Amino acid sequence: MQTNQEMLGTFIDKAGLVSAKVSRVKTLEEAFVYTAALCDTKEMCPLLVSGCELNLSEPSMQLCREKTGKIIAAPGLDKEQFASLRALCEDKGMELIEDGLRRHLGGLDIGFTVCDLGIAETGTLVLNSSSEEVRLATMVCETHVAVLPESKLRATSYDAEPEILEFMSSIPNYLSFITGASRTADIERVLALGVHGPLELHILLWEDK
Amino acid sequence: MQDATTLTEYKNQCQEALDDEFLRKAMDAFAKAYRTNRVNAFAGINEKALIAEIAAAKDGAISHLPELYEEFRVKAELAGVHVHLAKTAAEANEIICQIAKDNGCRKIVKSKSMTAEETLLNHRLEADGLEVTETDLGEWIIQLRHEGPSHMVMPAIHLSRYQVADLFTDVTKKQQDSDIEKLVKVARRELRAKYIEADMGISGANFAVVETGAIGLVTNEGNARLVTTLPRVHVALCGVDKLTPTLHDALRIIKALPRNATGQAITSYVTWITGANACATGPEGKKEYHIVFLDNGRLAMAQDPDFRQILRCVRCGACANVCPVYRLVGGHRMGHIYIGAIGLLLTYFFHGRDKAKNLVQNCINCGACKEACVAGIDLPRLIKKVHARIQDEDGHALPSVLLGKVMSNRKLFHTLLKTAKWGQKPIKDGSTGYIRHLPMIFGKEQDFRALPVVADKAFRDEWPEIRPNVDNPSYRVALFSGCVQDFVYPEQMKAGVRVMDGHGVEMEYPMGQSCCGLPLVMMGESGPARDVAEQNVKAIDPAKFDYIITLCASCASHLKHTYPRMLADDPQLAGMASVFAEKVIDFSSFVYDVLGVDKNDFREEGGQGKTAYHSPCHLCRGLGVTEAPRQLLRQSGLNYAPSAEEDVCCGFGGTFSMKFPQESRELLHKKLDNVKASGAVELVTDCPGCVMQLRGGTDVRKDGLRVRHIAEALADRKK
Ligand code: SF4
Ligand code: SF4
Repeated sequence: MQTNQEMLGTFIDKAGLVSAKVSRVKTLEEAFVYTAALCDTKEMCPLLVSGCELNLSEPSMQLCREKTGKIIAAPGLDKEQFASLRALCEDKGMELIEDGLRRHLGGLDIGFTVCDLGIAETGTLVLNSSSEEVRLATMVCETHVAVLPESKLRATSYDAEPEILEFMSSIPNYLSFITGASRTADIERVLALGVHGPLELHILLWEDK
Repeated sequence: MQDATTLTEYKNQCQEALDDEFLRKAMDAFAKAYRTNRVNAFAGINEKALIAEIAAAKDGAISHLPELYEEFRVKAELAGVHVHLAKTAAEANEIICQIAKDNGCRKIVKSKSMTAEETLLNHRLEADGLEVTETDLGEWIIQLRHEGPSHMVMPAIHLSRYQVADLFTDVTKKQQDSDIEKLVKVARRELRAKYIEADMGISGANFAVVETGAIGLVTNEGNARLVTTLPRVHVALCGVDKLTPTLHDALRIIKALPRNATGQAITSYVTWITGANACATGPEGKKEYHIVFLDNGRLAMAQDPDFRQILRCVRCGACANVCPVYRLVGGHRMGHIYIGAIGLLLTYFFHGRDKAKNLVQNCINCGACKEACVAGIDLPRLIKKVHARIQDEDGHALPSVLLGKVMSNRKLFHTLLKTAKWGQKPIKDGSTGYIRHLPMIFGKEQDFRALPVVADKAFRDEWPEIRPNVDNPSYRVALFSGCVQDFVYPEQMKAGVRVMDGHGVEMEYPMGQSCCGLPLVMMGESGPARDVAEQNVKAIDPAKFDYIITLCASCASHLKHTYPRMLADDPQLAGMASVFAEKVIDFSSFVYDVLGVDKNDFREEGGQGKTAYHSPCHLCRGLGVTEAPRQLLRQSGLNYAPSAEEDVCCGFGGTFSMKFPQESRELLHKKLDNVKASGAVELVTDCPGCVMQLRGGTDVRKDGLRVRHIAEALADRKK
């Protein structure tokens, strides 16, 4: 058996190997501050989302024009949490939404979620995505900021299995294992990130115990 | 997509692939990178144990597919899923078209599904006027080019960035840069628009988990998440072989599949969908969700005691990644729709004998695929079995029948070989022991290596004179020479005898022995192959010997692994064959592991120059012997210099090199180039077939390399 400390170390190593950016936060509030600050830095939330600067077909150009400001989506937070993140965003002139994501398919800057489990051996996040908004927030965004409570970290997928089965037993269910950003090597086997989903994955390990 | 109608046409297509410089470069780079990535990915994992567990679990499921289907159906229907079972590919396509019609769908986005490739689903959908867009980047690229995949995991591996840039220029009607990062972003934006418009999403499924009624999807791009989320209708097309009782089964496969596919510990996304989930645009805010299970021969295959293991396949693509033939000709020639070793098999079962008959011959039987297969499928053997089956169904080619007839009659075969020695007189090059001018029947394409002549005196005829007398032997062994060493290279046998001499080994050469029968298997002649097996098992009574030694790696592996299986149908022979097989040992293992030969046996002064080693396929993979020959080289004072890809096939493959000379030649050149790069002046190996190929090749190329059997090299160094 791994100690918690070892497990944490493994998780950080493995997530790093798939180019996730891992940091630790003491409180959820700290994660909110991190997220708002991330979006505030210009490069992270540019007006044009990635790809829109390139030579696209007319309909795709049109879709690019739909995004007009900096947007963060954070579905699945409780009222208080949402309000607290919203305050930070509004301060900086960014929009925070939690639903209606289908109106923002042209692009989102950040999708913010709190994950349900982590699997250390592969640096994997387990996210209950039964809510369509959660799925969209984590796929349409340019950057996914995922908070993982350290108490939810498991050593292996087998160790997480009973809890995974628990999620699946509440029907319907849509469960995602996420390990690093969306990637492809389909052109000349050269690795490229962000082919469909996020170009970057930031993991905030939340020292919740 | 391979669809040549004749072998000649197929060979021409292979030649075109060999001439495609980009393809060759891409494939080489991939093969090399993959080897390293795979090793790294499995570091710290008990790979063999994991494979065995996967195979056992899969076998368990394969025995109960109809029950598993029923159980899954009930579970999934309770969760609001419509479950279908299609008997054939056409039926599956029909069901999906009907779903589209019933729901008024017009635009479809798809995530990768080999099963949909299998049924040619896109053609059918498009015939109904539906617009289909593949969203996996590689699949999208080949869809736009109207091509089939050239790899199961990386379908566009045969294309360059420039070709993709040109293609995207056409699609966007804007000039595109060939920068890969930019091309990927263009695809991101262009495909985003497609998801938004689509009213139906089609995915495959890597797992259908019975205990939960969930499907599992393994992807890197994440396109499957969008495909299964945005459109209001979702159809998952899934082979019935993907049914698995528990989530644990699936988690176990996930430990191996991405590692074996791309060297990743896990893919970026694994998606589990249980029941009809929320969907804002669906009826009552729910997804209209269908799972179409495809039989297409799988349920019948599950009943076949031998071929059923094919259903263990998890579609990782590794059997292509490591295949030396795939590396040469690429996926469009090494498969019809499914690619690589598994592709050769599945083509026969899913797409018919006509599509498979040429393909299955293009396997050199090197065993690389079997070793890499994460489901433990005995791919090379099954490929030969399908080849034999096609011959049985289609009629055997005349040369193949003749070979079978001749070889299963030992006396006739040996008389012919001995007569050949007179027949070759006019074409023999007196000084070199090579055939000077190849007789017409070989044709020009065989001239990449010189072929040896039949020896003046066969080993069997020399044996009575050279047999050492041993008092108080510690070991009683039978020598099995195989035809090449008996009739072409008797000096290798003699050298082997000399190496063993003085170690208390009483040797016998049972005269009733014949060809081991592997060439017959390679030709798809399973009847005669069995006959010679029976003759050999009867000729060499295993009860009389401690070991049956052979200096030919191919014979050794064939005697050991194939005989018991071939003779299993006869209760009396079966027992003998398994004792026989147990006693078979290769020369190097016997000399090093059993006799314990070490440096004391050899002269002290060192050898001249460096010696490279070629590890025969049937020794390193067939018998798992890797250390003994290398240790012997070191002990004997030969200056062993490792070279790159020592365990990659030399391109001989017996009759393969006659049938596919252009591929044989390429493999040979790769091998010799690697040896040259090591700076070696001598190349040593453990198999007379490899010697024939390598020596003949180096003679034509004038590499100045001396090629010998390890027995000769050792005998030379003996005190
Ligand atoms: S045995 Fe060798 S040549 Fe044949 S399919 Fe397997 S890897 Fe390819
Ligand atoms: S046969 Fe084995 S190696 Fe080939 S794709 Fe299937 S599981 Fe992978």
